[in-house]
Amino acid sequence: MTTDMQTRPTAPGAERGIVARYNTFMSRRSSLMPTLAAVAILIILLVAAQVRFDRFLSPGNLSALLLDNAYLVVLAVGMTFVILTGGIDLSVGSVMAFTGILSASLLSQQLPAIIVIPVMLLGGAAIGLMIGVLVQYFNVQPFIASLAGLFLARGLAFVVSLSSIRVEDPAVLWLQRTRFAFGGWYITPTGLIALAVVAIAFYVLHWTRFGRTVYAIGGSEQSARLMGLKVARTKILVYVISGVCGGVAGLLLTAYSGAGYPRNGIGTELDAIAAVVIGGTLLAGGTGYVLGSLVGVLVYGTIKKLISFMGAEQSWTQIIIGFLLLVFIVVQRVIVTRSQRRT
Amino acid sequence: MPVGVPHVRDRDNGQMQPATPILELTGATVRFGADAVIDGVGLRLFPGEVHSLMGENGAGKSTVIKAITGVYQLDAGRLELDGEVVRFASPHDAQRAGIGTVYQEIDLLPNVSVAENISLGREPRAFGGIDWKRMRREAHDILLELGVDIDPASLLGTHSVAVQQLVAIARAISADVKVLVLDEPTSSLDLDEVAELFRVIRELTARGVAVLFVSHFLDQVYELCDRLTVLRDGKFVGEYLTQELLRIDLVEAMLGRSAAALTAPRPAPESTPEGTADPAVVVRDVSVGRRLRNASVDLVAGEVLGVAGLLGSGRSELARAIGGIDRPENGFVRIAGTDVSGGGPRAAMALGVFYSSEDRRREGIIGDLSVLENITLALQADRGILRRIPSARRRELAASWVEALDIRPPDLDRPAGTLSGGNQQKVLLARLLALSPQVLLLDEPTRGIDVGAKVEIQNLVVEMAANGLSVMFISAELEEVVRVAHRVAVLRDGVVVDVLPAENLTMDALLALVAQPGGDDV
Amino acid sequence: MKKVLRHRLFWPIAALVTLIVVNTIVRPQFIVVSVRDGQLYGVLIDILRTSAPLMLVALGMTVVIATRGIDLSVGAIMAVSGAVALTIIDASSDPGSIGTVLLALVVALGVSLALGAWNGLLVSVAGIQPIIATLVLMLAGRGVALLITDGFITTVNSAPYSFIATGYLLFLPVAFLIALAAIVVVALAERRTALGVLTEAVGINPQASRLAGVRSRGIVFGAYLASGLLAGIAGVLYSANIRAADANAAGQFIELYAILAVVLGGTSLMGGKFTIAGTVVGVLIIQTLDKTILFLGVPPAQSPVFFAVVVIVVVVLQSPRLHKWIRDLTSKRAPRANDSQPGTPVGTQNKVEVAS
Repeated sequence: MTTDMQTRPTAPGAERGIVARYNTFMSRRSSLMPTLAAVAILIILLVAAQVRFDRFLSPGNLSALLLDNAYLVVLAVGMTFVILTGGIDLSVGSVMAFTGILSASLLSQQLPAIIVIPVMLLGGAAIGLMIGVLVQYFNVQPFIASLAGLFLARGLAFVVSLSSIRVEDPAVLWLQRTRFAFGGWYITPTGLIALAVVAIAFYVLHWTRFGRTVYAIGGSEQSARLMGLKVARTKILVYVISGVCGGVAGLLLTAYSGAGYPRNGIGTELDAIAAVVIGGTLLAGGTGYVLGSLVGVLVYGTIKKLISFMGAEQSWTQIIIGFLLLVFIVVQRVIVTRSQRRT
Repeated sequence: MPVGVPHVRDRDNGQMQPATPILELTGATVRFGADAVIDGVGLRLFPGEVHSLMGENGAGKSTVIKAITGVYQLDAGRLELDGEVVRFASPHDAQRAGIGTVYQEIDLLPNVSVAENISLGREPRAFGGIDWKRMRREAHDILLELGVDIDPASLLGTHSVAVQQLVAIARAISADVKVLVLDEPTSSLDLDEVAELFRVIRELTARGVAVLFVSHFLDQVYELCDRLTVLRDGKFVGEYLTQELLRIDLVEAMLGRSAAALTAPRPAPESTPEGTADPAVVVRDVSVGRRLRNASVDLVAGEVLGVAGLLGSGRSELARAIGGIDRPENGFVRIAGTDVSGGGPRAAMALGVFYSSEDRRREGIIGDLSVLENITLALQADRGILRRIPSARRRELAASWVEALDIRPPDLDRPAGTLSGGNQQKVLLARLLALSPQVLLLDEPTRGIDVGAKVEIQNLVVEMAANGLSVMFISAELEEVVRVAHRVAVLRDGVVVDVLPAENLTMDALLALVAQPGGDDV
Repeated sequence: MKKVLRHRLFWPIAALVTLIVVNTIVRPQFIVVSVRDGQLYGVLIDILRTSAPLMLVALGMTVVIATRGIDLSVGAIMAVSGAVALTIIDASSDPGSIGTVLLALVVALGVSLALGAWNGLLVSVAGIQPIIATLVLMLAGRGVALLITDGFITTVNSAPYSFIATGYLLFLPVAFLIALAAIVVVALAERRTALGVLTEAVGINPQASRLAGVRSRGIVFGAYLASGLLAGIAGVLYSANIRAADANAAGQFIELYAILAVVLGGTSLMGGKFTIAGTVVGVLIIQTLDKTILFLGVPPAQSPVFFAVVVIVVVVLQSPRLHKWIRDLTSKRAPRANDSQPGTPVGTQNKVEVAS
């Protein structure tokens, strides 16, 4: 007995037919579109690469695609949390370097990995906490607050050591050197860690109130507060999460390169942001998926690999990623203006 | 004196007893600094009634709502819910106590599903986290109870404002609400959607929920509400039974003037100017979205055209379309013979047509800039970047306007945001007058201004027209529209209903056109 | 006296003076300026010289921030500018001729202007948030610079070019004079014309300004144009100083220092009222602080830690919450319930937008 309310087709099962199903899908999952676009781009890239270079899609290459970029996957996951709330974290590259060199330094002083690794994570968390507190309690813009974090972490990295430190600790090296192979595919513990981070993030964002609060803040912070959600706590926590992810990435990178290096990760935060945006997360917040960010990192990695296969300068990677980022931003902007005009 | 208090049959002795209010505000006072925004206000809501809170802009309605819903705390007086004195420290407290609110800007999350919007904060849990299936089912059930048939899994943002509002209501009642506050719920709804909303409201009151309905649409209030409370200037005026209160008495209570004063002869502006060759502005068949449809009107030099109509009748849209702020979807706007439709504000300004927004704070005054800078801003923008007005000349110019319009305090370097509403409006007028305009479109220029300043501005408007300007004067206060205008254009629901000469126009007649009492609806 | 204290520039200048005084106490030769061969020498002169690139970038950043924007790409533009200039000089038959240098300058600055225009278009026409729009160039710009230099660090030997960075004119370093000229030009452009007031209006309230007839688009576009050009000049200075185009190191982190200088000088990141003089003082504070840190024996790579502390102190001091705490502490009565609403729907600017 309802009047025509200009809504989409209604309760599931009410209407069959392709059109009705499409409409229902769109009304439920339109936020997936940017991520699906990213998947499409990834597939196109991979196919094109295979066409151009016969053996591009070999299991070995594809495995390497994930493992070479495992650190970026973790960074992108942390960044996703922050961007979903409408913030940004420019410190992640420096945090990765800082925790990395810190771990190398501690390990070289014969501390066991079982102590060093938690210290790394705590270090990342501490910087994240500082940023979160600045943003939430002192009303500092996330961009400036995380800038301070960037300065701090980068400087501290050099305080730990001015030059690189090799890592000989067997536990850490094991993370990278071990391979679990099946067929031509292989994965290392670092890869497993990266995937585990993605899985945990996925669970948290979609099955816990904390995760839903993250989305809520991105949708409308004021509404989230009025709904009684713990906005302040959540906003600080996302930066802590990003910091911890920076620590994990530091571990992965240290294991990967067998050393800590204070110059690591300069500019990596931009790569992480690009991966997240390309993966379908809107910079305004509220929409996005960690799986999308994973896809975004794979796109980044594929482009990088393609360029090296083509024998071109690595700097082309940055240019193309920048260009892709621009395209995605412009498209996001167009979609936003169009939906605004409709209301 | 309790007016029209609902009675219930006492279970013990079978007698009719006055029901106890579910919510009662007594002597409520809220102060900002030294000013009391509301002072000694009383309000009583009974279970199962729809109660309207009425008053002009600035009467204190939103403050009362915020006091009830825990956004503000009372500086004096008390709030009782279900017989107990309560003090809410936050909106969340109020929600938990059973007061649900649906604000004008739907305070929900457009980026998540309807079901989630309904239950977030109270989500059903299963082993391992949120139980989405149960959430959707519960949402479906609540929506069905209200008779709203939408897909609970759909994103809230894909629905119209009307539907979003119903979801907001669903959220409120899913928490066992005792009192539901609806703040201007119908501003963005069309007639069908309003009917749907009213049906849902009646559904709720049948269940014993008390609904506080705040709206400026008189006919809706009369259709829906059992009782009214009227506020004026932050004070309590009276509590009435809707069916016993004449519209004209209601308006009188809100405006604070006797009916006699309303129809008293007003200082007549110069008699209607001779038919000039060409009107200064010609508007034909202009539509802007849903809020203005096929409007046609002429503006003549030396004349004040009053625009009367309720909020939402398309008044601002008309002015903004003429001023180039909004682009008309069809029809055209001709200024001095030149078609400027869709040319943006600069096209209109180039021809001497200027719009003064009703939202003084967001679209008018630049608060952090000084009075001097505000007054000379448009003039400077007009001259361009290179031709800077020399400092001395700027000061001289601003000072002369401050004196001419009696802007107080006459301190040119004071940030404009610190001035009172009336003086801010004068600063804005000075800004536009400094450009020697041909046509001024004034949208609610006297809103929120004290009586003295109001009269000053009204007289200024009459004077401007006498000097050859053409002025469009929009106001919700019908009395002042009639007072200053040569002709009055009446808008209703986005349509220009009529354009009448102001001479001999009685308030009753105008009210009849504007307020649409009963009878056919449009 | 109160008017002096209240003046916007009081704290920045006080901070700078304090820094100089402390330094002088520790090493008296800090303020010693000597003359040799018609050139001034001394720590202070050195500060003036090395602050030139940051000064230029910070000037541009001030104007952009005033429009409620931000320009993160200035470092990348510096890198591109240096790369272009050096490539031209390197490729020419006579790197030491003034003609070659002039050509290199014109092209490099032209490219910088174009990059600034690119940013301006994205922000003012496409309506993209400034932080995002300029992020694109920040990412891609260095890649472009690397491409131009083929990944190598091109070195040249060109006397006229080096002169720009290390030469002297009228007793003062040329680099400083260039920065000074830029300060004068920008200050004149902003305050002698109506550009300054109109920019401030746009920054404070873009919509009201638009309704008042201000050409906001043009003003915003111009701001990014200026920022790009100034970054280009800074890039030339930097590469002339090291006689090389180092696409990675050129202007690294300079956008962060520039923003810090603007904030230290008293211009708000929210846009609106801005102060050129404040930025100048801010830059000098940063350079002096840098020198102080160096002198303390801290390796340059570790200096970001100090600056992090400075950033944190400055933003905390400027935050409304701190002011509220101080107000509550100094007023005898308990805070009124109406002052702070834990649940008040206050729209805080915590989103990424440095609001466009």
